[in-house]
Formats: sequence, C-alpha cells, structure tokens
Amino acid sequence: MTVNTSIVETADLMLARRQVRREKRKSFYSSIGQNKAAVVGGIIILLYISMTLLAPVLAPYDPYTINLQEKLQSPSFAHWMGTDDKGRDILSRILYGSRLSLGVGFSSVFFGAFFGILLGLIAGYYGKWVDTIISRSLDVMLAFPGILLALAIISALGPSLINVTIAVGVFSIPLFARIVRGSTMEVKQLEYIDAIRTLGANDFIIIFRHIFPNILSPIIVQGSMRLATAILSAAGLSFLGLGAQPPSPEWGAMLSSGRDFIFSAPYMAIFPGIMISILVLGFNLFGDGLRDALDPRMKK
Amino acid sequence: MIFFILKRLMQIVPVILGVTLVVFLIMQMVPGDSAVILAGEGASKETVEELREDLGLNKPLHEQYFSYIGNIFQGDLGHSLKNNQPVLEEIMIRLPITMELAFFSILITVVLGLIAGIISAVKPYSFSDIGVMLVALLGISLPSFWLGLLLMYIFSIKLQWLPVAGWDSMAHIVLPAITLGAGGAAIVARMTRSSMLEVVGQDYIRTARAKGLKEHVIIYKHALRNALIPVITVVGLQFGGLLGGTVLVESVFAINGLGRMIVDSIRTRDIPMVQGGVLVASLVFVFVNLLVDTLYRVFNKRIDLN
Repeated sequence: MTVNTSIVETADLMLARRQVRREKRKSFYSSIGQNKAAVVGGIIILLYISMTLLAPVLAPYDPYTINLQEKLQSPSFAHWMGTDDKGRDILSRILYGSRLSLGVGFSSVFFGAFFGILLGLIAGYYGKWVDTIISRSLDVMLAFPGILLALAIISALGPSLINVTIAVGVFSIPLFARIVRGSTMEVKQLEYIDAIRTLGANDFIIIFRHIFPNILSPIIVQGSMRLATAILSAAGLSFLGLGAQPPSPEWGAMLSSGRDFIFSAPYMAIFPGIMISILVLGFNLFGDGLRDALDPRMKK
Repeated sequence: MIFFILKRLMQIVPVILGVTLVVFLIMQMVPGDSAVILAGEGASKETVEELREDLGLNKPLHEQYFSYIGNIFQGDLGHSLKNNQPVLEEIMIRLPITMELAFFSILITVVLGLIAGIISAVKPYSFSDIGVMLVALLGISLPSFWLGLLLMYIFSIKLQWLPVAGWDSMAHIVLPAITLGAGGAAIVARMTRSSMLEVVGQDYIRTARAKGLKEHVIIYKHALRNALIPVITVVGLQFGGLLGGTVLVESVFAINGLGRMIVDSIRTRDIPMVQGGVLVASLVFVFVNLLVDTLYRVFNKRIDLN
C-alpha cells in the first residue's frame, strides 16, 4: 500500500516536473520570438547554414582552381569579391570556406560540451572528493589565459584543422563543466529526485533521464555563446598558420594569406574578415536573446 | 587583509602546480622521441643517448616531472633548440614588451569601456545609447587580427599617420593597443551600462534625487561608484583573453613579445620555448587574478575579507 502510494506520488511529481518543462518551453519560444536581436541573430545563422549547404550551387567558380592570368583582380561583375594571388575567385572560396569555419565551430563546441557536461554532471551529482578533484582540475584549465592552452595543445599535436578543433574544444570543457556542475547541484536537491531514488532508480538513470533534461537551458545558452568564441579562436589559430593549411579556403587562413597583400589587394583580407564578423555577431545576438529568454532572472 | 592575501596565495599553489603538470604532460604528447628532437636532425646515435642520459629522459615520467618542477624553482626553463639560449633569458627580454602592450590595452579597455557605458546608461534607449551599444556589439564580434589589419590599412597605409609595425616609440603602441583593447572595451561598456541601470533603480538613488542633488553628482558620486564593483571583475576576466590575444596582435604588428615568441617556436618546433612561454604567461595570469580579487574586495567592503 505504502509502495503504491509512493509510486503515485513520484509519478505526480514527475508529471508536474514535465508540465513545468513544457510551460517553460512555450514561454521560451514566445519570448525568443519577441526578442528582435535574437531573431536577427537566428536569421544570420540560418543564412550561413544555407550557404554551407548551397555552396556548390551558389559558387560561380571552383574554389581551388588556380588561374594566374586573373590574379589579384579587384572586385568586379565577373568576380564580386575579386581574385586572390593565385587567381582564385574569392567569393567562391568564401562560400566553400563557410563549411570549414562553421564546421570547426560546431565540432569544437560539441567536443567541449560533451566532456564538459559529463564532468559537470559527475562532479555536481557525486560531490565530495569526486567534485574536489574535478573542480580543481577545471581551475587549472581555466588558469591558462585565452587561447594559450589551445596553442600548447597544437604545439604538441601539430598544426591542422582537426587539431584546432580538438584544442578549441578542450578549452571549452571547463566552461561547460562549471555551469553543469552548479545546475546539477541545484536540481539534485529537488524533491522528485529523492522520490525517484527511493523507488530504486540507479545513478545513471537519475543523472541522464531526470537531471540532464532539467539543466538544458544554461547549456544551450553557453553553447551559443561558445560558438562565437570558438569560431573566432579557430579562425585566429588558422590566421597564425597553425590551423587550416593552404590551399584550404578556411576564412582565418584566407585572411592570413590576404595579410601579405594588404598594400596592393586589401580586399583579399577584408571579405573573409567581414564574413567572420557577421557570423560571430549572429551567434552573439542569438546567444544574448537565448539568455534573456531562458534566464528567469532576466524576466521583468 | 594580509591574512586574506596569504590565504589566496596558498590556494594558488595547487593551481600553479597543476599548470606545470598540464604543460609537462602536453609536451610529453609531442610525437616522436624527445631526445631525437632535442638533438636535432642528423645527430649521431651516441649524441642522442648522451642527451637522453643528461636530461633524464630515460627516467620514469613522475621522476621527470619532479626534476622539471625542481628546475623551474631554480629558474631553469631549459634551453632553446634553435640557438641554445636559456629559455628564461629570452622570456625576460620578451615579457616586458607584452606586459607593456597588455597595460596600454587594458587602459583602453577600461577608459573607453567606462565612457561608452556611462554615455549609454545616462540616457537609456536614446539614440546615443543604441548607437554605443551597437558599436559595442560589433566590437565583441570583430576578430582582433582582422581589426588590426583594418586599422593598419587605414591609419598606416592610407593616411600614413602611424607606423605599420614594430615597437620603438609611443606611436607604435597606439594601433596594437586599440586592436587588443577594443573587444574588452565593448564588454566593459555593456557591463557598465547594465550595472549602472541596475544601481540607478535603487532606493538610495531615488533618495539622492529627492534631496535635490544635481544629476552629475548622483551619476558620478553615487551610481558610478557602486556600479563599478561588478565592472572590476569583468576587467579582471578580460585580462586572460587579453594576454591570449597578444599572440594574435603581436603577430599582426610584428611585435617581438612573448606571444609571438610562442607562435614562432611552435612553427620551428622549439618545444622548450613553447613550454616556457605558456608557463610564464599562465603564471602572470594567475597572479593578476589574485590582484584583481584583492582589489575587488578592497572596493567592495561588504564582502568579508576572511
């Protein structure tokens, strides 16, 4: 009888929790729809994603074909963004390069989020010495200023776009882990988690089925903000010659080769820079809007 | 206060040890035999073995780590593979340049950020507010290395007002400092604005207004002083990004600082130089954080120092 009652109570608690989630989601969609900055950011991101998908259709020329007779041409009707020092069409290279720049951004954030979430969940749920070890390790990772940890990793692994993805991903891990740890600690104290535990659910089920879905909001906000930083960092590393290698049309690498022609053909550096800036602006706008819509403290 | 500083110093010891461990382990990941890399191409088998013995590379990993730590405490960061110069010597030449760049950049971050933030907050939702915040949003989104190239193109190549590259005079500092400080300034401006708006809504500001105090006294004496507390934290956090950012900006403007040294050493696979550079930059960052933390507590007397 008591067992039945507790099952019913737990089911009630879980249903109530689910209801709260559903209502939060509804209010989230409406507030993000009303946030002009988030809408503009979202449109920019969608345009860039379409660009990556439609690059072969939209690109007027092959991004890799060298045509020295047409090298260093200023923007014209034939070449909207001009041509580079090898006579390649800059617009076509930018369109194809979007795949690399966005791809590195998304993959590195996914990498950082995956390990960060896992560490944060474990530290927040188990607490005690497990938390101490994980938290102190995260402190150490955060003690490296800016992209220096990424630089150290690349110096060991060697310059390449994949290694840049790993390096940028690694330095995102502590940021995700910290947020997830804090949220996990809050949620695990809630009544319904106790109820589920009483019914015999194991830690794995509690962590991944009952805690994780309830801490998604801060993870999503962090993810969106990190994408902006990850794209900037990856482009920066390629600019230094430590990421994508020629003839890759990655935007940071294009900027790097454009630097040598800043006196004679500044457009070689200007266009890739504009593309990176608008994309980062899009993620920043979207991230700001997401945070406002998901953070209850921001609601008036 | 002294107790607080001592306590924080004790707390950063494990972080510093952790940083040395990470740097040590990352360098262990370098593919290939370290002794062969250190000896250089074409070195004889005997030379490689001699070097392995000398550097203790045949010892177990933990012993190697302990001797690495011991050397660091004695100020020995190894020798460059390129010119066999002591790493610390090279770093001591480069570090002041990077610190000078960082100092002027943080100056721009604070001054520009505060002015922009106050302009925005004084008349919220006005044209000046929206304008300043749009520029700030752009400032956050522009890649520093691109902004640097753009400024160089406009002010050095087209207008010829400032030198293109190098680090000889104050004129050389202007563009790199703006390039590096702009992103931080944008963040400080946003933070100052939101912090000021929050403070302006408080009761004591309403009381100050009711007392008939002049608006500028209210803004600068009452609102700004309290709004500055969270801004100090943001400036402190900016320093890390800024120190990392020197890597890019020094490369754009050909400045022979620590950041450029690290990048050049990665290209030439001069591992001890990379190791030493990253370690020193991280240590500087840890100590600056301690300084910011202390300042924060000095400004915010509400926080119990112990």
